[in-house]
Amino acid sequence: MNNRLTPSARTGATLASVLKAENLCKQVSSPEGPLTIVDHVSLEIARGESVAVAGPSGAGKSTLLALLAGLDLPSAGRVLLEGIDLTSLDEDGRARLRAQRVGFVFQFFHLIPALTALENVMLPLELAGSGEARRAAAETLARVGLRERTAYYPRQLSGGEQQRVAIARAFVTRPAVLLADEPTGNLDTATGARVGELLFELNASAGTTLVLVTHDAELGGRCGRMLRMDAGRIV
Amino acid sequence: MKTLLRMALRTLAREWRSGELGVLALALTVAVAALTGVGFLVGRIGAAVALQASSVLAADIRLGSPRPLSDEYFAEATRRGLRSARSTTLLSVVFNGDASQLSNIDAVTAGYPLRGRLLLAAEPFAPGVAASGIPAPGEVWPASRLLAAVGGKVGSHLSIGAASLLVTRVLISRPDQGGTFAELAPSLIMNAADLPATRLIQPGSRVSYHGLFAANRPEIDAFKGWLLAHKRPGERLRDVSDASPQVRNAVDRAGRFLSLASLVSVLLCAIAVAMAARRYVHRHLDAVALLKTLGATRAFTLAVSLLQLLVLALLASLAGSALGFLAQEWLLRTIRGLLAVTELPPPGIAPLALGFATALAVLAGFALPPLLQLARVPALRVLRRDVGPPPPLVLLAFGPAVAVVLALLYSVVLNGRLFVYLAAGLAAFVAGLGLAGSGLVYLAGRLRGRVGVAWRYGVANLSRRRIESVVQLIAFGTGIMVLLLLGIIRTDLASDWRRTLPPDLPNYFFVNIPPGERAEFIRFVQAEGARTTRVLPMIRGRLTAINGRPVEDGRAGREQGEASFATREQNLTWAAQLGADNRIVAGRWWTPADCGEPLVSLATEFQESLGVQVGDRLSFDIAGEALEARVASIRKVKWDTFQPNFFIVFAPGVLERFAGTYMTSAYFTPGTARTLAELAHRFPSVSIFDIDELLNQVRSVLDRAAFAVQSVFVFTLFAGLTVLLAAVQSSRDERRYESAMLRTLGASRRVVLQGVLAEFATLGMLSGLLAAAGSALAAYFLTTRWLELRYTFDLTPCVVGVVGGAVLVAVGGWLATRSVVSRPPLATLRS
Repeated sequence: MNNRLTPSARTGATLASVLKAENLCKQVSSPEGPLTIVDHVSLEIARGESVAVAGPSGAGKSTLLALLAGLDLPSAGRVLLEGIDLTSLDEDGRARLRAQRVGFVFQFFHLIPALTALENVMLPLELAGSGEARRAAAETLARVGLRERTAYYPRQLSGGEQQRVAIARAFVTRPAVLLADEPTGNLDTATGARVGELLFELNASAGTTLVLVTHDAELGGRCGRMLRMDAGRIV
Repeated sequence: MKTLLRMALRTLAREWRSGELGVLALALTVAVAALTGVGFLVGRIGAAVALQASSVLAADIRLGSPRPLSDEYFAEATRRGLRSARSTTLLSVVFNGDASQLSNIDAVTAGYPLRGRLLLAAEPFAPGVAASGIPAPGEVWPASRLLAAVGGKVGSHLSIGAASLLVTRVLISRPDQGGTFAELAPSLIMNAADLPATRLIQPGSRVSYHGLFAANRPEIDAFKGWLLAHKRPGERLRDVSDASPQVRNAVDRAGRFLSLASLVSVLLCAIAVAMAARRYVHRHLDAVALLKTLGATRAFTLAVSLLQLLVLALLASLAGSALGFLAQEWLLRTIRGLLAVTELPPPGIAPLALGFATALAVLAGFALPPLLQLARVPALRVLRRDVGPPPPLVLLAFGPAVAVVLALLYSVVLNGRLFVYLAAGLAAFVAGLGLAGSGLVYLAGRLRGRVGVAWRYGVANLSRRRIESVVQLIAFGTGIMVLLLLGIIRTDLASDWRRTLPPDLPNYFFVNIPPGERAEFIRFVQAEGARTTRVLPMIRGRLTAINGRPVEDGRAGREQGEASFATREQNLTWAAQLGADNRIVAGRWWTPADCGEPLVSLATEFQESLGVQVGDRLSFDIAGEALEARVASIRKVKWDTFQPNFFIVFAPGVLERFAGTYMTSAYFTPGTARTLAELAHRFPSVSIFDIDELLNQVRSVLDRAAFAVQSVFVFTLFAGLTVLLAAVQSSRDERRYESAMLRTLGASRRVVLQGVLAEFATLGMLSGLLAAAGSALAAYFLTTRWLELRYTFDLTPCVVGVVGGAVLVAVGGWLATRSVVSRPPLATLRS
């Protein structure tokens, strides 16, 4: 098992490139035969860049995001995160890498209902073995405007507040890459706009690389680059 | 490690408050409560029954010897904190003026009897009341028959040897009058301090000396070990297990049944735990996937779940043990009035340890496999809800559960052959239910188009959740089966006990009936309205050799510490017909053609003690004449019929030439004291043996055993209901969503409820049908092979199984899903 990310695992990426996909394919079996969801996708995302991935439902956006995060393995091709080949790591190795370098924001927030807002934000820090989890989590929650809500459970928070907790959780580890899957997709327009605002504000101040899957044209338009996907390909 | 602990405890505490772990905790708590409750109950009632059985010996252990017992034994007993008493027994003629009667004199010391009680009355054959001590020096308590035979009454002076002692009470019964007929003469109890004054003990006198000891079981066991190591040759040690065959049978049966019942509770709870664990896993798939997304390793997520379950097991064990203890304490308090034993032994801590160990084993067998699966859920699930853990290896999914079930089964049965029967039966049952489950799925697919919308929805649910349906079918089927099985066996036991112990069982034995008075005696007894049983001849004889080897050469003494059959004088009889309460287990019973052949039939107890087989030659000394006979058959005797029965029965035409007497038993209605007194007068040589008190003892033991069985049955019922709850709960989340969808699409609440009822009723019906078949089969094996009772097939349990299963599962399912269906669809869909 790759406990440490050794230099030998770092290959072929330029220093400026944080995330690189090479000829990425994902096939799954279906009753009608093999189905290609991601079809020979290659892309390179530079440090600090913000990229939106747009496209119709079923275009393969979320699958691409999962492959970039190492949540899933490609059928062919490879993903390099800060020069580390994700396909060369086992499941636990990829998890450790995510703990150190990757932050996530989801459409359905995915907060742990049994933990308070503060505890939810502390979680990735604790998993990464940080001793300052409580202080850092409280600070980040304050930055997203939830200083007064630290002791609340997810079910006591509104949708917008839950997503802000999720954003705080994503940023608290100061990740190299933030991956967001439809972050405003489950919120009303006004709340969605405020959450989008917050996302870009934090991204700018932390210098994080942002990869955003969205249907929201306005949110996508705020990104530095827009990739369009259709039928598994970048068009 | 710190993160791990903090994470595990924090989420456990929060989830507990939010009620998510309720079902799992409840299942575990009920499991432990049932287990420890049954354990405490079985332990304490078992000890109480043993205590009651001890009263047959008037002690826990009894040391007998033809020579005076060493003071060393009593000093050692006192040193170890045991209670002890002495009893010296001898045969002597007792006089009241000119009237005399050969009597069995029992001179006892203070404390006698250590177990059981003496019943005394003011006149012969009257109902007795318990005595509070022993006769004071100078006083005696003669038995009814003795006093009637010598024409005495309370206040008379009886001459015993050189002493004259005052009759202050009449002895109605004593605990150690025993179930054998070694002591044919009527009893008289006197104070041991008066013994020297009687000058009865002379060189050559036939005197038996007994040491009686009692204490709690561990001390008794330790002292028994010491006694076995220190006792002198010729001294005989008797324990509760050697007590009368009737009591031993009752204790054996009760013990076996109670352990079976407790195993049933454990298995049911194991199913509940498995279901609760499945639900726990189902509810935590998202959280574990998220943890992995945030960087947690598989080992970490597994450790968190394991730690949580371990803490939960500890808490549930504590709560369950406390509940179990309270339940049995309450139960024992309510039945204490029924118990003859006032001092109930305190509960041991063994059930506590056993409860926790078994809870852990059950958790390991039934909760660990799904937990291992939980740790395998891919992180991708955070983006794609349809992604679950990969299917488990069959061995890993079911191996631990099977291993734990087999281990539990063996720990209760401790009998290789029966274990194989039960394990095979269980496996066949589970496989049968699995097949039936698949059949149900198939049927559901076929029937779906022909029923109304509610039924279509309900039955389609069964079909769609194929694996879940089969698992629930197995769980319900097993649950209903064990409940039915308990019912069947309990009814069989109860009816068998009732069959063998009807209220008009013989309550008096008459021994020593001279051949010349036989007809007149029977006429007299029948004229008094009593029903007699068979009349058998009785001849005294001694077994001298087996296959030509004298029994004194050590073979007879192979059972250390036990009374040896071979060195005792035996009562022999002959009979042409085999009694209905006798069953040949080896060899064959004789035919008229065998008349006059030296053939003998032995009771299994006698055969086992001597280790003889069919075909072996036994040599007897009867009235100084040697007689050799061949073992023709071995009989299993049902001693609890209280009919005259003998260990050794000869073929007709062999023993007739020897002088002997006859014996019989009869039932006299209560209040016939005067009749019995007259009988004692008219037939002075006939020994009357009053077994009413002994019968009452046996009945009391059986009553208590039956009550204990019923109580355990209640525990099992609770365990079964927990399974039901866990089963319904396991599909609750899915149902909530489906119900919301259906109602959004326009289905009324009634239609959704009807669908739920249809689904659960179908599930319950099929489970009930299979359970009825399975339990009838299992009951057949259990009653005939294990409990050694007759088995009669009864249709009622089948009907109860099917109807009860359908109603129970449907009502349970309806109650548990009612709130799901009642929840406004919008609330569900939004969440």
